[in-house]
Amino acid sequence: MQTLNLQVNGETHELSVDVRTTLLDALRQHLHLNGTKKGCDHGQCGACTVLVNGKRINSCLTLAVMHDGDEITTIEGLGGSDTLSPMQKAFVKHDGFQCGYCTPGQICSATAMLDEIKEGWPSYVSVSLVGEPELTSDEIAERMSGNLCRCSAYPNIVDAIIEVGDKS
Amino acid sequence: MSMDEPDTRRRLDDMAQGLIGKPLDRTEGHLKVSGTATYAHEWAVADQAYGVLVRAPFAKGKILSIDKAAVLAMDGVLAVIDDDRLLRNPAQGTANEAPVQGAKDVVYLGQPIALVVAESFEGARHGAQSLSIEYDADESVAIDPEASDAQTEKPDEKQFSQGDVDQAMQEAAFTVDQVYRTPGHNSAAMEPHCAIAQWEENQLTLYGSYQMLKYNRNELADSLGIDAEQVRIISRYVGGGFGSKLGIAPEAVAAAIAAKELQRAVCVTLSRQQVFEAVMRRSETRQHFQLAADKDGVLTGLSHVSLVSNLPDETFAEPVGQATHFIYGGENRRIGLEVARLNKTCAGSVRAPGEAVGVTALENAMDELAEAAGIDPLELRLLNIPEKDPEQDVSFSSRKFRQALKQGAEAFGWEKRQPVPGQVREGEWLIGMGMASAARVNVLMQSEAKVTLSADGSVIVETDMTDIGTGSYTILTQIAGEMLGVPMNRVETRLGDTDLPSASGSGGSWGASSSGSSVFLACEDLREQLCRKLDCQSADLTLKDGQAIVRNRSHDLVELLGGESLQAVGIIEPGETSENVRQATFGAHFAEVAVNATTGETRVQRMLGVFSAGRILNEKTARSQCYGGMIFGIGMALTEELLHDPRDGHIVNRDLGEYHVPVNLDVPQLDVILLDERDDHASPIQAKGIGELGICGAAAAVVNAIYNASGARVREYPATLDKILPYLD
Repeated sequence: MQTLNLQVNGETHELSVDVRTTLLDALRQHLHLNGTKKGCDHGQCGACTVLVNGKRINSCLTLAVMHDGDEITTIEGLGGSDTLSPMQKAFVKHDGFQCGYCTPGQICSATAMLDEIKEGWPSYVSVSLVGEPELTSDEIAERMSGNLCRCSAYPNIVDAIIEVGDKS
Repeated sequence: MSMDEPDTRRRLDDMAQGLIGKPLDRTEGHLKVSGTATYAHEWAVADQAYGVLVRAPFAKGKILSIDKAAVLAMDGVLAVIDDDRLLRNPAQGTANEAPVQGAKDVVYLGQPIALVVAESFEGARHGAQSLSIEYDADESVAIDPEASDAQTEKPDEKQFSQGDVDQAMQEAAFTVDQVYRTPGHNSAAMEPHCAIAQWEENQLTLYGSYQMLKYNRNELADSLGIDAEQVRIISRYVGGGFGSKLGIAPEAVAAAIAAKELQRAVCVTLSRQQVFEAVMRRSETRQHFQLAADKDGVLTGLSHVSLVSNLPDETFAEPVGQATHFIYGGENRRIGLEVARLNKTCAGSVRAPGEAVGVTALENAMDELAEAAGIDPLELRLLNIPEKDPEQDVSFSSRKFRQALKQGAEAFGWEKRQPVPGQVREGEWLIGMGMASAARVNVLMQSEAKVTLSADGSVIVETDMTDIGTGSYTILTQIAGEMLGVPMNRVETRLGDTDLPSASGSGGSWGASSSGSSVFLACEDLREQLCRKLDCQSADLTLKDGQAIVRNRSHDLVELLGGESLQAVGIIEPGETSENVRQATFGAHFAEVAVNATTGETRVQRMLGVFSAGRILNEKTARSQCYGGMIFGIGMALTEELLHDPRDGHIVNRDLGEYHVPVNLDVPQLDVILLDERDDHASPIQAKGIGELGICGAAAAVVNAIYNASGARVREYPATLDKILPYLD
């Protein structure tokens, strides 16, 4: 067992965990933040996406003890059921989900992804490697391809992100 | 109410609230996007222990012994369960009884043989990985259904013959005689199977992820050897099903046995690898088509003989020819099914069992017939739409098949297709168009719901229906709101609990029409109760925004109720309309693909689906279901394939990194056109199923487009690069 401090959604939590515990399991089992989902436990589906110090990562691929002192934002930190963020609202409006299981990961990923575009990160489909990439559906689809959705809400997810991206 | 007569009243059309059919947001959407909808693993059950299933590392044979002591000595390990009640594989959909049980006799690699329970998930996983077993492996393993020594069965009830197909083939002006193969598929719902079992005395509560609770309750009770009354199953939210959660599955029974033994709650979750190995696969298929047509392209003969597989003692056989029976005409017909008994993961329902693969291969064969006859593929379909069911003397219920084909062709720009393959090139990409018909049988199932009109004018809908992402919460709320004249936010729909009236469950595309009809019938009863208070006929009563309007006078609903709550139960049952008309849903798929002239890579550039499925209850959720089906089709066409080791049958690509479901960039912005219609025979709400129609034939449109683009005729799915490359210059 090891103790550590996690800053989750602005709150500090002191935890004592089995060193084998992933960040994902620490969030779900120890902090009862069940919004972050386990779909594969191998970094293949993206359902467990959270923001660590503002960047999106798969929380199943990292151990909790590696994040002592890190600032972590989960879906619960982006907005509650009656305080939805613009991205969460857009997902509802555009039906960017069906069963809802991959959805928190999609929304965390989309939120961080828009920041990556603003910072000028190029992608596989970007026309140019420099400058801010254009917010096309291809650009979004490529950057969201680490988040699987078997209900296949992809077209609606892209529409939701374009709406939020255009407004910001 | 038994559905013995068409319901031509179309009562939903008379209502005034204006909710039905509208593209309304999902009522539970705010919970799902904020991560606060509760899935199976997330119930805060106190003092849980964690269980991890142990898999058989061999394909066939007997477990001789398990070294429990070594694992029990590990830190935090509480129990090792190898009870003979453990499930060999999940129950098939609507089984209503235990599937094959037993942890000692192994018939496929990956079969659950034990459960290790520990204080923590990490501890249980370590224990499960450390468990030492002794076994006697039987080397006579059957993996390939087409092997010369494969044991096969031909169930009589699955063979159909009419006229003489062989003679029709001899006399035909144009024929197709080809074999198509589809590989196994996995549902790959995003939420892995999970169950938390908790006993209070002899009462079991199971928080699980299942599609059909009334059946699941009986299956679980039967597996445990207890009465159904002792079992309550709760599945408020289900993270995708697609058939994989139709029946009670190994985790539920293992959790219940362990919880009883340890006298504390036990949570068992399958790993993604276990979902692949120990749940259900869609069977691989070998489909032999013989099509015979006269000089005008009209079918005179049609033969569709398929080979599928399953474990020994499983009754399910992928019903490959299900829609071949009625989609096209042709006097001489033969539809057959053979089942090989193999040592591979159980075969069961995966989205649209039968049509998903059967219509797809049929539509490939039709594309080949169109070419052989020199007729446009669209025209060939239009020519062969039968007037009545071609095998039984019955009419179709509603069927906008012809309209779907024509409207789709126009919207897609089908007339721009070049009939000769390989004519359109943009840089290094070869561009082509393909189309396919869509069809899926329509089924109504018994379903019961209770609706309460509370004294404050709000409404509660209760049924053990599930919402697996299909939109049940939303459409049941819409139906109750529409019938009782209250806005959406005044209706509370409670689902996913066997303590509520028993519903049809979600599967076979029957959920919305069946459970929706039960809610509709309960609401009709409540309207009658209000009519008695107002001394009027239901037809003269308008309910809107909490007002009851009759004879030009408006009564406030709350005042009318006068402090009283009204309740009614609605029960729908299938009846004679299931037999005396042919009920199915229809549509058309159009796809444009780009095939890389150098690498053989295929990208879907555009795709349109046009679908008719009775009354559309919610335009937004229905459209999403269609997208989902079409995208499953893209996966089937291009990437999805369960790969089995030929020596022991183990699934080599048993995770989401190796079994390739479509990702966002694999999918273009799709178009869907919904043709609204009323099917009076299907249900009293005139709705049919739409959840599976989108996948039926979708992959064929893509693969036919590959042929049009490149001249590569792929008859073995998926159309991976290696199968296209030999056709490229």
